[in-house]
Amino acid sequence: MEKRATFSKMSVGVMFILPQVLLVFTFFYWPTGAALYWAFTLERPWGGGNEWVGFDNFRQVFADRAYWGSIFRSLIFASATATLSMSIGLLLAIACDRSLKGYQMFRTVFVWPYAVVAPAAALAFRFIFAPEAGIFSMIVKAYPEFWNPAQNGYHAMTMIIICYSWKYAAYCFIFFLAALQAIPRSVIEAAALDGAGVLRRVRDIQLPLITPTFFFMLVISITDSFQDSFGIVDVMTDGGPAKATELLVYKIYFDGFRGLDYSGAAAQSIVLMLIMMVLTFFQFRYIERRVHYS
Amino acid sequence: MIERTPLLNFLTYAVMVVGVFMVFLPLWLVFVGSTLTVREINIPELHLIPGTHFFENLQAAWARGHLGGRLFNSLIMSLGVATGKVVMSALTAFGLVYFRFPGRMLVFWLIFITLMLPLEVRIVPTYAVAANALWPFQSILDAAGVTDLIHALSGIQIALEWNLLNSYTGLILPLIATATGTFLYRQFFLTVPDELLEAARMDGAGPLRFLAEFLIPLSRANMAALFTIMFLYAWNQYLWPLLATPDRAGFGTTAVVELKLLAPTVSTNGGGTPDWNVAMAGCLIIMLPPLIFVAFMQRHFVRGLIATEK
Repeated sequence: MEKRATFSKMSVGVMFILPQVLLVFTFFYWPTGAALYWAFTLERPWGGGNEWVGFDNFRQVFADRAYWGSIFRSLIFASATATLSMSIGLLLAIACDRSLKGYQMFRTVFVWPYAVVAPAAALAFRFIFAPEAGIFSMIVKAYPEFWNPAQNGYHAMTMIIICYSWKYAAYCFIFFLAALQAIPRSVIEAAALDGAGVLRRVRDIQLPLITPTFFFMLVISITDSFQDSFGIVDVMTDGGPAKATELLVYKIYFDGFRGLDYSGAAAQSIVLMLIMMVLTFFQFRYIERRVHYS
Repeated sequence: MIERTPLLNFLTYAVMVVGVFMVFLPLWLVFVGSTLTVREINIPELHLIPGTHFFENLQAAWARGHLGGRLFNSLIMSLGVATGKVVMSALTAFGLVYFRFPGRMLVFWLIFITLMLPLEVRIVPTYAVAANALWPFQSILDAAGVTDLIHALSGIQIALEWNLLNSYTGLILPLIATATGTFLYRQFFLTVPDELLEAARMDGAGPLRFLAEFLIPLSRANMAALFTIMFLYAWNQYLWPLLATPDRAGFGTTAVVELKLLAPTVSTNGGGTPDWNVAMAGCLIIMLPPLIFVAFMQRHFVRGLIATEK
């Protein structure tokens, strides 16, 4: 889409976009370029600039079992949180979309978890799941082995998945409800006149019509789970116990800022960037084209 | 539409009530936790009835987390990001839609690509840029030979430096450097009829006048939505402020980063009884501002989320 009528002064137009271009250059393209540069070079131990090492950093990253571990854990985390939050969000959205009396009140409440700061939710759930105080302390008193996220990696992972899904289900809810309400009322009324009951309409009309939103949410929740999980992991488990909750972004942070291995962290960043770009590209190209019913 | 489906209606309400329960239970447990004493909270039982020490715990958390200063920092940062984003994306979208200049599509795509890679994945080099925001420009001057030339001619060594760590500028700028709002405005400007510009021009309005008196008033709803979303986005930031504010004693940090330090660990309470009650009071104080904000701005919030897809 293009405008027919425009202003003729070219220089004025450039002035308008200059601030953002400068900002994007300084804080987006330069850091991304620097990550690429670091990923292919290694700092000389006694100063004097960086040395070109080709794909060595990547080879080292991929030879590292800990890195594969963090990829595996990120995938587990992404699929578990996507499944949990999307199914809860969708169920609540379908319930609200029936527009029964008083549904506005429910709708307001279901949006709230998204407004709760992720690290605050993390601290809250860390307390709720703490074996020394709260609900779990009762069970732990009777069966000490039952629950201990500070020592058991599976427990810690379960804990961060539940916390993240609690918050993210609200986000899914917002999008699913918007998609459901965008379906023309006439379509649903026509189906009702043909004798389709509520459940039949959900299955044969509403769900197929929101498939694009469904796939959109699937990709978004996977990419979001890579980036938004950091605060929750850092507050709840510090990546522990024994690296059982060390997800990709947490490992980049840890290797880069605690281990001061800039080249290794940069190589990991590049891999993560590629994953994100592939997913985003997939979403734009494939999903937007294939799943379209209108 | 009128249908009689009593059983289904009951089920629908049941689902929604369970949903409300799931939303409120954690929040209620946090509130109850913040009203107990250290001794009470460590009794292994389910605490569902509030105690009487709410205000003491709030005071303790406020003092321990330096929450006055921290919340102020969060507020300045969030206002800065939201305002900066609203203003800058309007300007950029205006320049992209209403002007023709060479490289316009290139600029469009360069900005568009920033949507793909969030701050978290390029965190290490962004930190290096924030430590000296003029590093990119220094490198360009070095590479172009300008530095050497000036050094040879006048003996002055150019060493540009602008440290953004521990400053509001450093907290705000990297979060504005994305395309989120630009596309919202662009889509909107494209739907504004051409006749409006033609009429405005006939009356002698220049670009600035047209932007200020026609486009801005028309896009007020979009601006409110974008402002709400960006305010929350900035308030919720964790990783970036964690890194960008290493000077905790001087500049401090944001309230959200402070959260982790409220959690009782062996190092903070010397192996004593974990005082979760104070931690929960602090948690409550820090999670409240965005909740109130959303309660007042719900309409804009939902609209903005869906429009910006973030």
